[in-house]
Amino acid sequence: MPYKFLDDIATADVAFEAWGDTREELFAAGADALLHTMVHDPEAVERREEMTVTVEDDALDLLLFSFLQELVFLKDARRLLLHPERVRIAENDGRYRLESVLRGERIDRQRHPLVVDVKAATLHRLRVACKSEIWRAVVVLDV
Amino acid sequence: MSLPPQLRRVSPTVWELPVSYKDGMLVPARIIATEGLLAGMEAGVFEQAANVACLPGILKYAFCMPDGHWGYGFPIGGVAAMDPASGVISPGGIGFDINCGMRLVLTTLTEEEVRPRLHQLVDLMFARIPTGVGCTGFVRCSRSEFRHVLEKGSRWCLEKGYAWPEDLEMTEEGGCFGGADPDAVSDKAIERGFDQIGTLGSGNHYCEIQVARPENIFDAATARAFGITIPNQVVVMFHCGSRGFGHQVATDYLQSFLRVMATKYGIKLHDRELACAPFRSPEGQAYFAAMKCAVNMGFANRQVILHRLREVFSQVFHRSPEDLGMRMVYDVAHNTAKLEHHTVDGRMKEVLVHRKGATRSFGPGMAGIPECYRETGQPVIIGGSMETGSYLLAGEAGAAATFFTTAHGSGRTMSRHQAKKMVKGQKLLGEMEQRGIYVRTDSWGGLAEEAGFAYKDIDQVTAATEEAGLSRRVVKLVPIGNIKG
Repeated sequence: MPYKFLDDIATADVAFEAWGDTREELFAAGADALLHTMVHDPEAVERREEMTVTVEDDALDLLLFSFLQELVFLKDARRLLLHPERVRIAENDGRYRLESVLRGERIDRQRHPLVVDVKAATLHRLRVACKSEIWRAVVVLDV
Repeated sequence: MSLPPQLRRVSPTVWELPVSYKDGMLVPARIIATEGLLAGMEAGVFEQAANVACLPGILKYAFCMPDGHWGYGFPIGGVAAMDPASGVISPGGIGFDINCGMRLVLTTLTEEEVRPRLHQLVDLMFARIPTGVGCTGFVRCSRSEFRHVLEKGSRWCLEKGYAWPEDLEMTEEGGCFGGADPDAVSDKAIERGFDQIGTLGSGNHYCEIQVARPENIFDAATARAFGITIPNQVVVMFHCGSRGFGHQVATDYLQSFLRVMATKYGIKLHDRELACAPFRSPEGQAYFAAMKCAVNMGFANRQVILHRLREVFSQVFHRSPEDLGMRMVYDVAHNTAKLEHHTVDGRMKEVLVHRKGATRSFGPGMAGIPECYRETGQPVIIGGSMETGSYLLAGEAGAAATFFTTAHGSGRTMSRHQAKKMVKGQKLLGEMEQRGIYVRTDSWGGLAEEAGFAYKDIDQVTAATEEAGLSRRVVKLVPIGNIKG
């Protein structure tokens, strides 16, 4: 599990730190942490449907923000809970473009042990950085 | 926890951080709290209150209410009034859940009458009022019809038969903020929320059956004016907001403000979550018009839930909702920005008041509250944890000191993760049942996160608002049944 929930950042909300050897691994870990915030046992969400999500931004932290935000949107608009299967990040002229393939299924109250609805990713203390060759991010979710 | 050394006590319930506390502060920050509550506040509250004091156009003080706790951008319990001409509007000063609020509904039933049917009642509420992650409502509403909801709020509900005419009068601003413009809203926001009318959501959102016990009445005359007239009278309180629609509006504009804030308007801030734009700018006005849509969605959401509740009670007790006396006491919004008139430096002035986790508290005689509450002040509804009870209070003249604002809840003291580690949802449910509180939930983990020990003491919070002259306690309401997402 390349993420952990943090207790001492936001009392009323949910904060996590995610990490990975590459930016792509880090972003996938962030999506995993988001799913785990909403579902107690993420593996209860079966990989039945496939979705591709594309977001762009000038900054890497805002790219992560947009990516997580898109997954929050899909949770409400399509009722989809999603595991990241593949993440690609391309950089062109200082602009980042993320393309991610995700698999999951529609929310099923009988099978999915739901915890809490995520309203949004926030910019509060949002950080993406590489130190000692490990990519790390801190994200606070509004729940 | 150690308090900032610069914090100065102004009065028994007012604590001030001077502008010298942090670079960029334009006004002092004032924390309203008793000594006990202040000692329990996280360091983040002081930092965030100081950050709010840096927002361009802020008037007098950045405030934090007695239930204040660490949030994102503004602290929860944060209040800031801006000069509309020179000040900014900030989505982070309102929250993602725009028009999250509380509604309190009377019945003429007593606890003795409800107890024998409590399980049936709560089970039916749980079946009929959707709760939890990604829930959808029973109202079939097309995307184009949803635009009318955004423009009209509770008035749309009245047209569709989901409201009694007097419900609107008993809702802040009549259940509709004028000037809502659906064109200022993204397709994504509509896509996310058009089928969520009449849903509770999750987290700390709940619908609760409560009792007004005689020993919990603080002010009998005001209680009578608010409709609490029978010993052990049963009331229903619920807490929810504008659902995915409001969350998306806030997110959209947070991103849009971030793009223009520094480059176009030259505003630099300590926290990006405070992203803002001048209120009179095209971006600021667009957000204000979109935010009003979300406010109206929030009112419509709570109105449709009330309609559902009336159906449920009627079915269980085989009496009409009118016969059961299911009248609204009031509906208050606690995540909004509003143009209001307040006295600033001796002059009446229009100001833009941001309230994030803070309740408007208009005192006796003020315009803008229903005629029947003119002598008492507006009803203020402060929700506690699902274990410990909630309060009905009345707005006070002393709230002029805080742009007529008071607390909104009990405020968390423990993180969700920590609370979950300390108690298992199923165990908590059993313990609550033993104490006479029957709970239904979709989420054991979510239930554990809302345990009473994770919150500040509601008795202390409401007492502090009274001591500070912001609102006076009328009655404490204790839970007997609860549904949560």
